[in-house]
Amino acid sequence: MRTATTGRPRQRRRWGWENWVIGAGIALLLLYCLAPFYWMVVSSLKGPGEIASNSLWPRDPTLVNYRGVLGGRDHFGYAVRNSVVIAVTTTLLAMVIAVFSGYALARLRFRGRNLVLALILACSMFPGVAIVTPLYQLFADWGWIDEYQAMIVPNISFALPLAIFVLTTFFREMPWELEEAARVDGCGPFGAFGRIILPLAAPGVVTTGLLVFFAAWNEYLISSVVSITLASNPVTVAIAKFAGDSEFQQPFGSQMAAGVIVTLPLVVLVLLFQRRIVKGLSAGGFR
Amino acid sequence: MIGDTERRDERRLATLLLIPTLIALSLVVVYPILSAIARSFFDDPIGRSPTFVGFDNYAQALFGYDREDFWAAVGNTLFFTVVSVAIETLLGLLMALVMHRAFRGRGIVRASVLLPWALPTAVSAVMWGWMLQPDGVVNAVLGTEIVWGGSEWPAKWSIIFAEVWKTAPFVALLILAGLQTIPPHLYEAAALDGASAWRRFTSVTLPLVKPAIVVAVLFRVLDALRMYDLPQILTGGANNTETLSTLVVRTATGELKQGYGGALSTLTFLFVFLCAFLLIRLLGTNVFAGVKEAAR
Repeated sequence: MRTATTGRPRQRRRWGWENWVIGAGIALLLLYCLAPFYWMVVSSLKGPGEIASNSLWPRDPTLVNYRGVLGGRDHFGYAVRNSVVIAVTTTLLAMVIAVFSGYALARLRFRGRNLVLALILACSMFPGVAIVTPLYQLFADWGWIDEYQAMIVPNISFALPLAIFVLTTFFREMPWELEEAARVDGCGPFGAFGRIILPLAAPGVVTTGLLVFFAAWNEYLISSVVSITLASNPVTVAIAKFAGDSEFQQPFGSQMAAGVIVTLPLVVLVLLFQRRIVKGLSAGGFR
Repeated sequence: MIGDTERRDERRLATLLLIPTLIALSLVVVYPILSAIARSFFDDPIGRSPTFVGFDNYAQALFGYDREDFWAAVGNTLFFTVVSVAIETLLGLLMALVMHRAFRGRGIVRASVLLPWALPTAVSAVMWGWMLQPDGVVNAVLGTEIVWGGSEWPAKWSIIFAEVWKTAPFVALLILAGLQTIPPHLYEAAALDGASAWRRFTSVTLPLVKPAIVVAVLFRVLDALRMYDLPQILTGGANNTETLSTLVVRTATGELKQGYGGALSTLTFLFVFLCAFLLIRLLGTNVFAGVKEAAR
C-alpha cells in the first residue's frame, strides 16, 4: 500500500536518513535470505579440487557434480521423478477432497458443522512422530512400503486440515447469490457450483494448491520411514542419504548440485506466484 | 422458507462431501494415534508376543531407567523452541518493518523472503551441514575455527541458526500482513499529535500488530516443538541435540521398541498439547476468534 508521505516538511527532512536505513535494511534482508542459496550454487559448480577452498566464485566452473548426481550411482533423477509424481498427485487429490469439504463447511447447513471443522483442525496438531510407526506397520501389512501411495496418502491427510480451513474462508466470501441465480435459471446444484462458483473461487483454490504442493515437496519424516529404496525415495530422503555415505569424505559437491536441482522448481513457483503464496500464508494465519 | 426435505438433502450432501476427508484423516491420523496409545501399554519382548504392562512404559520414561534420555529430549525441545521462536519473532518483526517501508523492489524482496520458507528443511539441513564444516564458509566469514558438529553447544547453536534462517522470513511475512491492515491515518494522527517515531511504534504499531505476532508465535511454537528433520539430518541427535521427535523415531523404528516408543509418542503429543494450551492462556484468547469467525 502506498501512503502519501510527501508534502509535510517534517517528514521530508527525515526522509534522507530514513531512506538510507531502510535501504540498508533491505540489502541486509536480501543478503540474509539469498547468501546461502548463492553459496549452494557456487559450491555445486566447483570441482573436487576446488570445493574445499572458500573462494567466492568458482575459478574453474564445472558441471561434474551435476553429471555425477544425475548419472552416477546416486540416481538423483529418480528422486526428482518420484517427488514430482508424489507432490503433483497429492496436490490434485487433496484439492478435490478439500474443495468438497470446504463447500460443505462454508455453504451447507447441518448440525455439528463447527464441531467437524474443529475436529479437522485438531488433526493437524498431532506431531508426525506420533503417527509414523503405526502407519509404517499398517502400510507394511498392505504391501505399500516403497510404493508412491505410502507417501501420497499421508501427504493428503496432512494437507487437508489447512487446505480445508483456507478454502472454507475463501468460499464464505463468494457471491452465492450468483449460484442461486444459476439454479433458478435451470442449472443443477453441481452445474451451478462447477460453472459459476468454481471459476470465481479459482484464485483461492490455486493459492491453497500451492501451499499443499510445497508441503508435499518438503515432506521428509514419513517418507524416510516408508520409502527405503532409491527407486522410490523422494528428493528430501535421497539428498539426506548422500550425507550418510560411509565414504571418508562427504560428497558435498553432489549434495549442493542436488540442492540446486531441488530448489530450481521452487524458485520458478515462487517467482510466478509470490503474491498468491503470501496471501495463502496469511489467510492460514488470520482468517 | 427452507422445507424439511431440502434441509435433509443438504445434510445428506454435506455428509457425502465430508466423507473423503473423514476417511483420510481417520486412516492417517486417528487410527495411528489410537493404535500407538494401545500399543504403549504393552512391553517389547523378543521372541514372544507382547504382554500388558499397564503404565510401566510411561513410568520408565518419566522416572525409570530411561528418564535421563527422556528429560534431556524434553529440555532440548523446549530450549530449541524458546530460543529459536524468540529470535525469529524479533528478527521477523524487524524484517517486516523494513519490508513495510520499502517502496521499490517489493516483488524481488517478497520473492527472496519466500525462498528460505520454500526450501525443504531436509535440503536446508544438508546445506547448513556443508556451510558449518570446520573449514567451511561460516567459520571463514566469522573468522573462527569452531567444530560445529563436535560438541554440545556449537551443535545446538547450529540447529538454531538453520531453524531461524528458514523460519524468520515466514514470521516476517505473517507480521507484514498484520502491518498492512493498520490504517495509515492512525500514524498521521499520532504524528500530528506530536508523537515521536518510537512512540508511534509502541502505541500504534505494536498494539495493532499484536494479533498477527500472537498467531505467528503460536504457529511457530507448535511447529518447533515437533522439530525432526533438522536435528535428524544436521546432527543425528548427537552431542545432546536429541529432540522428542528424534527420540521417538529412534526408539520406535530404529530400536523397534514399539511399546516404549508408543508411550514416548503419546507423551510427546500430550506435551505439545499442554504447551499449546499454556501458550494460549498466556497470550490471550483472541487466537481462536479467527477460527470462530471461519466457523460462523
